[in-house]
Amino acid sequence: MLLIPCPFCGARDETEFAYGGDAGVERPTDPEAATDEAWTDYLCFHDNPKGPHRELWFHRDGCRRWLEVERDTWTHELGAVRLSRP
Amino acid sequence: MRRQPFRAAEGGHLIDRTEPLRFDFDGHRHEGYRGDSLASGLLAAGVRIVARSFKYHRPRGVWGFGPEEPNAMVTTGVREEARPNLKATEVPLSEGLEAFGQNAWPSVSWDLGGAAGLAGGLMPAGFYYKTFMAPARWWPALYEPLIRRMAGFGPAPSAPDDAFYAKRRIHADVLVAGGGPAGVAAALAAARAGARVVLADENVRFGGDLLRAPGEIDEGDGLDWIDTAVAELEAMSHVRLLRRATVAGYYDHNLLTVAERPGGEAPAGAPAARLWFVRARDVVIAAGAHERPLLFDGNDRPGVMSASAAGGYAHAYGVLAGRNAVVAGNNDSIYRVARLLRSAGVGIAAVADTRSGGDIRDLPCRAGGTVERVLGSRRVRGVLLRRADGRAGDKGERIACDLVAVSGGWSPAVHLHAQARGSLGYNEERGLILPDRPGGANRSAGAAAGRFDLDGCLAEGWTAGVAAAASSGHERPAGEPPRSPDRSAWEAPVFWQTGGGKRFVDLQYDVTAADVDLAAREGYRSVEHVKRYTALGMGTDQGKTSGMAGLVLLSEALGRPVARTGTTTFRPPYTPVPMAAMASGLIGEGRDALRRTAADDWHEARGALFTAAGLWRRPRYYPREGMDEEEAISAEVRETRAGVGIVDVGTLGKVDIQGRDAAAFLDLLYANRMSSLKTGRGRYGLMLREDGRVFDDGVVMRLGENHFYLTTTTAHQHEAMQHIELLLQTVWPELEVYATDVTEHWFAAALAGPGSRALLGRAAPELDLSDDAFPMMAVRAATVAGLSALVFRMSFSGELSYEIAVPADQGLALWTRLLTEGREDGLTPYGTEAMGTMRIEKGHVTHAEADGRTTPDDLGLGRMVRAEGPGIGKRSLELPALRRKGRQQLVGLSVIDGEARIPPGCQVVESDDMKPAPPLGHVTSFCYSPTLGRALALALVENGRARTGQTVYIASPMIDLSMAAEIVSPVFYDAQGTRLHG
Amino acid sequence: MAAMQRYSIFSLLRGALSGHRDWEPAWRAPEPKPSYDVVIVGGGGHGLATAYYLARNHGIANVAVLERGWIGGGNTGRNTTIVRSNYLLPENQRFYEHSLKLWEGLSRDLNYNVMFSPRGVINVFHTDAQRDYWLRRHNGMRYAGIDAELLTRADLARLVPALNLSPDIRHPIIGGVMQPRGGVARHDAVAWGYARAADALGVDIIQDCEVTGIDVEGGRVTRLQTSRGPIGAGRVGLAVAGHSSRLAEMAGVRLPIETHLLTATVSEPVKPFIDTVVSIAATHAYVSQTDKGEVLIGGSLDGYNSWSQRGSPARLEDILASASEYFPRVSRLRQLRHWAGVMDMSMDGSPIIAKLPVEGLAMTGGWCYGGFKATPASGWCLAWTLANDAPHTLNAPFSLERFRTGAVLDENGAGPVAWGH
Repeated sequence: MLLIPCPFCGARDETEFAYGGDAGVERPTDPEAATDEAWTDYLCFHDNPKGPHRELWFHRDGCRRWLEVERDTWTHELGAVRLSRP
Repeated sequence: MRRQPFRAAEGGHLIDRTEPLRFDFDGHRHEGYRGDSLASGLLAAGVRIVARSFKYHRPRGVWGFGPEEPNAMVTTGVREEARPNLKATEVPLSEGLEAFGQNAWPSVSWDLGGAAGLAGGLMPAGFYYKTFMAPARWWPALYEPLIRRMAGFGPAPSAPDDAFYAKRRIHADVLVAGGGPAGVAAALAAARAGARVVLADENVRFGGDLLRAPGEIDEGDGLDWIDTAVAELEAMSHVRLLRRATVAGYYDHNLLTVAERPGGEAPAGAPAARLWFVRARDVVIAAGAHERPLLFDGNDRPGVMSASAAGGYAHAYGVLAGRNAVVAGNNDSIYRVARLLRSAGVGIAAVADTRSGGDIRDLPCRAGGTVERVLGSRRVRGVLLRRADGRAGDKGERIACDLVAVSGGWSPAVHLHAQARGSLGYNEERGLILPDRPGGANRSAGAAAGRFDLDGCLAEGWTAGVAAAASSGHERPAGEPPRSPDRSAWEAPVFWQTGGGKRFVDLQYDVTAADVDLAAREGYRSVEHVKRYTALGMGTDQGKTSGMAGLVLLSEALGRPVARTGTTTFRPPYTPVPMAAMASGLIGEGRDALRRTAADDWHEARGALFTAAGLWRRPRYYPREGMDEEEAISAEVRETRAGVGIVDVGTLGKVDIQGRDAAAFLDLLYANRMSSLKTGRGRYGLMLREDGRVFDDGVVMRLGENHFYLTTTTAHQHEAMQHIELLLQTVWPELEVYATDVTEHWFAAALAGPGSRALLGRAAPELDLSDDAFPMMAVRAATVAGLSALVFRMSFSGELSYEIAVPADQGLALWTRLLTEGREDGLTPYGTEAMGTMRIEKGHVTHAEADGRTTPDDLGLGRMVRAEGPGIGKRSLELPALRRKGRQQLVGLSVIDGEARIPPGCQVVESDDMKPAPPLGHVTSFCYSPTLGRALALALVENGRARTGQTVYIASPMIDLSMAAEIVSPVFYDAQGTRLHG
Repeated sequence: MAAMQRYSIFSLLRGALSGHRDWEPAWRAPEPKPSYDVVIVGGGGHGLATAYYLARNHGIANVAVLERGWIGGGNTGRNTTIVRSNYLLPENQRFYEHSLKLWEGLSRDLNYNVMFSPRGVINVFHTDAQRDYWLRRHNGMRYAGIDAELLTRADLARLVPALNLSPDIRHPIIGGVMQPRGGVARHDAVAWGYARAADALGVDIIQDCEVTGIDVEGGRVTRLQTSRGPIGAGRVGLAVAGHSSRLAEMAGVRLPIETHLLTATVSEPVKPFIDTVVSIAATHAYVSQTDKGEVLIGGSLDGYNSWSQRGSPARLEDILASASEYFPRVSRLRQLRHWAGVMDMSMDGSPIIAKLPVEGLAMTGGWCYGGFKATPASGWCLAWTLANDAPHTLNAPFSLERFRTGAVLDENGAGPVAWGH
C-alpha cells in the first residue's frame, strides 16, 4: 500500500488515488497531422520500465489534482511528487 | 486417577491453579487451568495423540509451543460452528471448550485411515503426477474425487459467521514485532526516547523465550524485568501494547499488518479478531527463532518434541511432557532444557549431544551421540542412540523413555525481513540464514538476527530501539541497556542425521527425507521445485520448522553448498490471518454504499421495485394491482405517451463548467461542436475516447457566455469527471476552465408526454412554454412548484418533455408537489423499464450499444462528428480498422410474431437451426413495445444498415429459442419527431 | 536420445518394490550448446510448450529453452489455474477453444498428470445489464461450438451450495452461466510435464540462464547474450509474459504492454466445499478450491505499473471481503499465503502471439491475466509461427500491427488503458 505525499493534502494511502499511467506520454499537438504511427505511439506504446517511472496519479478522494509522481516500479520507492503542469 | 496426571506439583507462571477449567477433547472430559493453552492442557491430562498426519495417518502429538506447531491441529466447537485447523499451542483453554483431533476417523486414537500408512510405498513425493491419467474421463469422475476426499484438514464451518471483527489503521514511529527480551528492550529504548511505539507479541504475556525458560536480567529474574518494563511502557500514552497479536505482513512504505486475537482474557464485546494496519516510520523485527528438529526414524512419534517446548511446558505451565526424557541435540540449549525438566520432576535418561566433548558431570551425557530411531509405534517407548559420527561397529544403546526432547539448532524468524524484501545470507559456519541488507526502514534484533544469548538480545534490542527512534527524529534516551550474565551463544553445527526409516522433514504434509532425495534425483533441483513437488513447507505452519532441514537435505543430495540452493520466497502472512478480519468493513454497504436519489423515500413508499444502476438504486417500475410486470410497465409507457409521465433522473452525472475557455474546451471534449451554442440553448453531445470509441453522451446547456451545464450517463459520472480533469490539468492546462461535479447538488425529474406542457404550465405559471418562447433544447431558469429550478426542454422518450432540476435538498419537494399537481392530469410515475422501452422505440443508444468497442458511425451517429479540430478521439477514427467496411452497425429489429418475447442475451443469426455458425451480430437492447404491439430490439449487426429489410433470427441457443425479425431503422417510432412538440 | 521412462500405476508399483531408487530425472540439466535452430526465452509453461510442439509437430528438436531461474517459476506457478474458453470475441473463442481441446488430452499426451479438472467455470451476475452481457457471451460461445449453459438461481444452489444466494445482500446474485468443460489444472505440473516431454524429444532445458542481450545483425536475430555465455540462434521465440517489454526492448522492439500486479491468495486447507470455479461479477473475485483443500481467490489488478511481486493489501482486503460475502463459509477460515503475479497487460486486453519486426524473432505475451489457460495453444501457435515464419490462422489476429491499424481485440471494451482490462 503506497503512501503518496500529495502536495496539497499530505501523505495519503494509495486507495485515495486513481492511477493515470506514463506521464511521459505527449499528445500530438496537431492530431490531424500526426501519422498513424505517431498517433498510435501516443495511444498504445508507453514506457514500461522496471525501475524509475514518471507517472500520473489523480487524488480522486482528495484535492482532485493530477500529480506527477516518480516511483520505482520494482521497489515502489517514491521520488518527487509534483503537480502535473501547474 | 488424578485429573491432571502430568501437572507438576508447582510451577507454571502462565497458569492460575485456583481456577480449574473443564474441556473436552474427542469426547473425553479433561481438566486444566486458566492460562493453559489447549496443548498444555492436553499434555497435563496425559493425552499424547492429538492428530493424525495428512498422508499416512500416523499418530501425532504436540511438537512445539507456538505458531510453528506443525502437528497438533485441532478443530474447536461442534458441527456447523466448528473451526478447523487451529494449532493447539495457540488455542487458549476456556471453560467448556470442545476440541477434536483432525484427519482421523473415528478418532485420532483409533483411526481407520491408518491403513493408508500401509500403502505408503505407492505414494512417494509427486506420485499423483505419474498415474491417474487414463482413461481421461476417470480423472474428474473417480480419481479426483478420491483425492479431494483426502484433501484439507478440518471442515470449513457452515454456520453463518455472526462474530464481530474489527480493523484499525494507525501510525507509529516504531513498530516492534515481538515482545521477547530484544523486543521489549527495543520498545523501552524507543519509547523512552519519545517515539510513538507499538509493541506486538503473539503471546498473552510478554517475555518471548523467557516464558519457556528462566533467565537473569539486571541481577533479577528475567520475567520480572520484563513485567516491570511492560508496566513502564503501559503507563506511557505514546505506547500501545498488543498482546496475542502477530505481526503478519510487511508491505510497501512500511505498512504492516498485525493480527490480534483478543480471546482469552479479552473483555466482553471484544472482536473475535482485529486486524491492525500500522504505518510505521521504522520497524524493529524481534520475532525470535524457531527450533529445528532432528531427523531420525520415527521423529514424528507422539512424545518427540522440540526441546525448548518441552522445557517451556514445564516452566510456563508446570506440565510434564513425559516422565522420563531423552534430550538430544546439537547445541548447548539442550543442557538448559535437561536441567529445567529435571527440576520440574522429569527423569533424564540421557542427554545426547551430537558434538563430541561437552560432557557435563551432573547429567547422563552421551557426548557425540544422537537418536537413531524411536521405539514404540503409537508413542515413544524408548530410543536407540548411536554415535553421531556413524563410526562402524557401533551397536547402539537402547534407552527407555516417554519423551524425546530434540533441538537441531535455531532458525531465525527472518520472515518479516524477507517480506520487506531485505536480502538474506547463509552463514555457512553457523548454519544460519540471516538477515542481510534490510529492504525499507527496518532492523532485525535478537534471535531474529541470529543472537541467541540473552545479554546479546537485550543489547541488540536496545540499540535497535534507539536507532529506530532516531529515524523519526528522537534522540538517544537516557539510561543504559539492560544486561544479563547469560552469554551462551548456542552455536549449533549443521547436523542432519542420515539414516534409514521414516525421517520426517515436514510433519504436517508427511514429507520425508526420502521424498526430498527423490525429488532431487528426478531433477526437481530448485528449492522451489522441491517445495512444490513434495509440498514441503506448504502447510499451515508455513515451514517454520521444516524449511531449513529441507534446504540442507536438498543441498546434500545435489552436492552443492546451501548458499547456492537458496531459500523459497517468504510470502505473507507470517501466520494464518482470519479472513473475516481482513474482510471486515468491506462487506455489503461497507464496500459499496447504496446511492439513493432525493425522491427515493417516495419511490419506496409507493412500493417501487428497484433496480441497480451502478451504486444507485432506481425504480424499475411501480407494480400495479392485478398486473404482471410487463403489463405494469406497458401501462406506464402507454399513459406517458398518451398523457403525461414523470421519471426520476437524479442519477445522471452533472458537471458545471465555467471559465474564459469553457466553450473552446467543450469543442475538444465533445466530438461535436459546442462553442456555437447560444446562451439558453442546449445540444446533445457525444464524447469519444481517445481511441475513437464512443465514451459517453449527454446534453450540454449553455447557461451563460462562459458557463455550461452538462450531463453524463449515470454509469460514467466518475469516469467522465476524471477524464475532464485529466484533460484540463495535463493536456490543456493553459485553458482557463473550472469543472465541478454537481451530481449530488441537483435533483432532476423529467415530465414527458403530450400532457407535460399543461402540467408544467400550472406548476410554473410565469414560464411561457410556447414553442417559440421555449423551443426544443432550450433551458430556462424558473420557479416550479414554488421552487427555484432550471427547466430543460429535451426528450429521451420522444415525447414533448421537460427536465426540471432543483437543488437536491428540494428534490423530494419538487417530486411530491408535481405528483400532487399532476393528479388531475393522470400523471404517471414511471421507472427505468418504461424509460428504456420508450428510448428503444426511439432508437436512442445507451452503454448497451456504446459498449466501448463502437464508433460513432457504428451507432449511426457518424454525422455528429465534426470533421475539423483536434478534439479527443477524432484522429483515431481515421485508422484503417475504424473505417473498414463491414463493421457492425446499429439497426432495429422488429419481431415478426407479435406474441413473441425476446429473452436476454440473444445473438443475431442468419438461420434458426442453432448450429454453430458465426453470428451476424447481437441484440444490445430489447423490449416489448406496447406502442407497436410487438417485441423490438436494437442490435449491432455486421454491415447492418445495408441489410435493412432482411429477415434474420434473434436466438438464444442456451434456451433453444429463436424468432424471426426484420431489420429496420433503429428509430421505430415517430421518426419525424413530431411528438416532440406535444 | 533415450526413450522417456513411462509413468503409470505399474511403474509406481515397480518403484514401490525397489524403494523408488530407479526413477530417472524428469529432464536433463545440459550445458548449453554454442547454437540452436531455435532458442526459446522463458521456461514457463508457454516456453516449454513451444519447445515441445516445435519438436513434436514440426520436427525441430535442436531447440533450447533458456530460463532465468527455475522452470515454471514465473506466472506459471503464480496463477489461479483456471482453464476456460468462455470468451466474447470470435478470435478469442477460437484460440482458447483450441487451447481447451489441447488441455483435454494433455495428461496423456505428455504422460504426466497435469490434473486438468473440468469442474465447470461459473460466472454469476447481479444486474440486468450483466445478465444480458453474460448470456450474450455464452450464446455466442454456442455459435462457436463451445459448451455453455444458463444457470438459474436454483441451478446455482444445487451446483454451488456454499454460494450466498440471499436476496438481501448488497449485490444479490440473480443468475449465472457456466462453461462445464472449463475447470482448473495443476499449474506446476504443466511446466514439468511439458519440460519432461520436450526433453525426451531432445530439447535442452537450461535453467539459471538469464538472457542479457539479443544480438540483431542486418535486421535479423543472430545470437543471445546470456549469463552462461553467448548462444547462437536461427530463430528466437520470447515467452516471458510479465517481462515481454524488457526482452523485446533488447531487440529494439517497443511493445504496447505494461506490467501490472495481480494478487491471489489461498486459505488454509479445509475439506472441499467448493467444487467448481465461481467468478463474481459484482466484486471481480474468482473462487475455487484446490485438490489440497485450499480456497483459492483471485481478484483484479493492483492498478499501477509494477514489477514487484508483492501485492497491495488494499486489493487483498477487497478480494477477501468479496470471497467472504459470497462464500460465507470462507469467513472463518484463515488466509495462509498471498502473492502477486507480474502481468503483461496489453493495451486491448488480448495477447500478442506474433512475429516481431526483427527477422527470426517472434513472441507470445501480453497475456494479461489469462495466460495459464492459454499455455498449450500459445505454445502450439508460437511453435507454428517459428517453424513456418508466419502465423497460423489461430494466432494471426493476435498481431502487433493491430495496435497500429486499430483492429484491436478489446474483449472488455475498456480502451487503450493497460490496467483497464
